[in-house]
Amino acid sequence: MSTIEDLKTAVINGRRKDVQTLVPELLESGIEPAALLSQALIPAMGVVGERFKKNEVFVPEMLVSARAMKEAMNILEPKLLEAGIRPEHTAVIGTVEGDLHDIGKNLVATMWKGAGFDVIDLGVNVSPARFIEAIEEHKPHIVGLSALLTTTMPAMRDTVAAIREAGHSAVKLLIGGAPITQSYADEIGADGYSRDAASAVDAAKAALGI
Amino acid sequence: MKYKTLAIADPAKLIYGRAPRPIKTRRGMCIGGGLIYPELNFTLPDINIRKEAMPEIVRHYQQIVTEALERAAELEAPGVMLEFETLPPMTEHPALGMEVVNILLEGIEDAHDKYGLKAALRCTPNDNREFVRPPLMRSGRYWDAMLELFDQSAAAGAEFLSIESVGGKELHDDALVNGDLRAVLFSLCVMGVRDMKFIWDHIVAITAKHGVHAAGDTACGFGNTAMVLAERKMIPRVFAAVVRAVTAVRSLVAYECGAVGPGKDCGYENPVLKAITGCPMSMEGKTAACAHLSPMGNLAAATADLWSNESVQNIKLLGGMAPTCYMEQLVYDCRLMNTAAAEGEASALQMRDWLVKSDAGRDPQAMILTPESSITIAHAIVQAPSHYAAGIAAARAAVKILRETNEAGCLRIDAREAGWLDRMDDELDDMPHTEDAFIEEMMDEVDLEKFTPADYGL
Repeated sequence: MSTIEDLKTAVINGRRKDVQTLVPELLESGIEPAALLSQALIPAMGVVGERFKKNEVFVPEMLVSARAMKEAMNILEPKLLEAGIRPEHTAVIGTVEGDLHDIGKNLVATMWKGAGFDVIDLGVNVSPARFIEAIEEHKPHIVGLSALLTTTMPAMRDTVAAIREAGHSAVKLLIGGAPITQSYADEIGADGYSRDAASAVDAAKAALGI
Repeated sequence: MKYKTLAIADPAKLIYGRAPRPIKTRRGMCIGGGLIYPELNFTLPDINIRKEAMPEIVRHYQQIVTEALERAAELEAPGVMLEFETLPPMTEHPALGMEVVNILLEGIEDAHDKYGLKAALRCTPNDNREFVRPPLMRSGRYWDAMLELFDQSAAAGAEFLSIESVGGKELHDDALVNGDLRAVLFSLCVMGVRDMKFIWDHIVAITAKHGVHAAGDTACGFGNTAMVLAERKMIPRVFAAVVRAVTAVRSLVAYECGAVGPGKDCGYENPVLKAITGCPMSMEGKTAACAHLSPMGNLAAATADLWSNESVQNIKLLGGMAPTCYMEQLVYDCRLMNTAAAEGEASALQMRDWLVKSDAGRDPQAMILTPESSITIAHAIVQAPSHYAAGIAAARAAVKILRETNEAGCLRIDAREAGWLDRMDDELDDMPHTEDAFIEEMMDEVDLEKFTPADYGL
């Protein structure tokens, strides 16, 4: 008989087909969807995230695991919704206005999803108004802002200011990107900074105090 | 495929400062004619670029050109290329871009009048087409504005036109993070090649109209993205190295359309293109650490005709403003290499070989860009019947070089990367025999919301 540990291992190893078999089997054995999420999928991605942080796996290998988790979530999500269970934390993420770079932003979104966050990805070249609109629509706990160019850093500053001016003082604002530093985060009033995708989950958890 | 043979088939002839097809500038620099010259590139610090900020922006560019060229003259540089790579709003609104072009041209003129300095301007409008998603590659306001800036800058006196074009990037970023060589080949050799043909026919027509030089493109958004991801340990270095070999096929199209060089600095694939076309090339390496890290800071200089810093912000360093400091570094690098070359061919080769040997065994990307490897990859490309076949051939050649040099103990490959050589070989073995068959397969696999097939003639 399969176990939650088997599912966790399948996700870590990126075995999508095994995941497709294991999830229904474990559900049929009476295990709650929420338990599969909290005891197998999120811990599995935690292991993969740690390996990535320690340079033990590359991004392509991490994404294979992320796809395996997604496979599981395709089955679990409707059941979780039916049971009234929603992700504990919601995040909105985007690359700021004038900037088209999104590799880092996409990886952060993947890492946050792996940690069990509901992630709304606004894409690239996102205006302050669009960020505010998304905050009002999705009520996120965190907003991630990305910029790769020195000349789009002012757009990051403007976005942070616009969000605060719009009265969204509770939402945690995390920033990142090649030219970004902790001191820049402090200077523009962001709540946190992540130097790379691998640290993004830690940064988000620190900002949320979890 | 236009090129069937190599302009440089002997690795000993693939060397810095010399190209079979040198280019003369109006002020008398002869690029590829025996000397390596500095090429300075610069950008703004964190300023919001809009019309109201133009007085401040103008001050920055005036300071950059005045101080950097003054330093070049003080250090007796034999000549200087300035590259103005526009920032997105400057291409979107050509009037903003032209304000800067004119400042730089005036600075070049002043430096000639004051110091007799030979300098020229390369104008590189950034490719804004991807600001709409999916990008509009062949029409629309971003396309029109970009062509307008090319045209106006050439008319004003920019002697060289370049671009970092983005055709194929819609799928390539995902291909990289997924380590997907098939998708890399589709992005570069199917989509990229088609877009390069389209855009470079237009650029060459503009340069012909104004009597200036179509200088060349770069696969920066492809090969350098891979290289930087590998430097950050996000993707395997061997994969990034193979991607680099494939980028040469895409960048080659500019020369097939009539570009004459000097190839753009951030095209680390340029040694392969120099071997094929004989055109002079700009390169960047250790002096580009201000913009990004690389595993081949010395080796990149070995075959360069212009030596660049990629890009540096106009900020104050202890020695002076950053572009001035980088000008000094570039001038000294070039001076040393030119001094070696002045002592004869043997000295130049010795210098080149030191530059190569100091990097080649430490990184896969460096290993595939040694003069010998570049010529091997160039051979594989020109012997292929199509760009599609050339991409596969370049990748195969790169994997073979990596495997053989690793086995011979000449290259260090991290243990966890070794399996990627087999993985890439397997992927190449599975490639369809014809491009049509490949396109048919890929059109079922790729995300058609990310690009417009018709914009690529697909």
